Amino acid sequence: MGAKMGILGKKVGMTQIFTDEGLRHHVTVVEAGPCVVLAKQTPEQNGYAALRLGFDEQKPHRVNRPDMGNFAKANTTPKRFIQEIRISADELSKFEVGQEISLADVFKEGDWIDVTGTSKGKGFQGVIKRHHYSGANASHGAHESFRHGGSIGCRLTPGRTVKGRPMPGQMGNKQVTVQNLRVVGVRPDDNLLLVRGAIPGAPHGYVVVRHAVKKAVKAA
Amino acid sequence: MGQVDHRIAAIEKENLRHEWDDFRPGDTVRVHVKIREGEGGKAKERIQVFEGVVIRRRRGGVRGAFTVRKVSYGVGVERVFPYHSPRVDKVEVVSHGIVRRSRLYYLRERRGRAARIRTRRMGTR
Repeated sequence: MGAKMGILGKKVGMTQIFTDEGLRHHVTVVEAGPCVVLAKQTPEQNGYAALRLGFDEQKPHRVNRPDMGNFAKANTTPKRFIQEIRISADELSKFEVGQEISLADVFKEGDWIDVTGTSKGKGFQGVIKRHHYSGANASHGAHESFRHGGSIGCRLTPGRTVKGRPMPGQMGNKQVTVQNLRVVGVRPDDNLLLVRGAIPGAPHGYVVVRHAVKKAVKAA
Repeated sequence: MGQVDHRIAAIEKENLRHEWDDFRPGDTVRVHVKIREGEGGKAKERIQVFEGVVIRRRRGGVRGAFTVRKVSYGVGVERVFPYHSPRVDKVEVVSHGIVRRSRLYYLRERRGRAARIRTRRMGTR
């Protein structure tokens, strides 16, 4: 687990492209990388192996002194989006702190990937929108409970509401991973990654792109 | 909606393939479609012509598409072609029609003589 390399990026938006066979693909454009290795987490020191990557420039006056020191250690400018990517311990030696990782180092066309991002926030939503309940009758004598969830439990047995019961609450604006998407294009010149299908979040949202957990990686 | 990101605009531009003779709803066109037959290596490509009336034209760059309707053996057939699809080899304009709306859905309810469209001399607009 967690032994697959990834890269940080930013969603640009969606469009569609035609393949050579004439198929129309819906495509998400992601600005991916270049990332800088800010630190290495080693099994000896931290108990796990990971690379801490930084992406996208941050204005220096927005960064506090301690963080500034961390960026200085990697000999780089302040970064806005920082995430750790778990890799296997043996691969750790392939990377150096301060090293720049660009898109083409990690992905190529045809790769399977997982994309993690923050979904669009929908606010506090009821049970119909949030859990696809079907709602109640608009007529037949129904009143005041058109979009209610109905009963949330039984009687004396079990005498409580079961955990995980779908109820109203905050919807969206949480971390979501979409698995098994296909890379249909890599454009190293513009740092653009073309992903078939949709990914979480709005344009300009930050995302982590990793090799798919559930697909075997071809020998690099 | 804000402005389209220039990087997306660039990708869309690459995917624009065709700039055909202008045709509008009401025009009769012959669409030459590439059809792939057979599997894998021995796949053969041939061209099939679909002739009918354009009943709808959607703009929108790469997303543009148009619908062609014809009546084949008494059955109405409509096909939607993405304007920039590489499968569409070419579009010939057979005749220009005179119509007063942009979506000719009313043709679906008509048969034979009632479904005729007045035509204009080619090359005039």
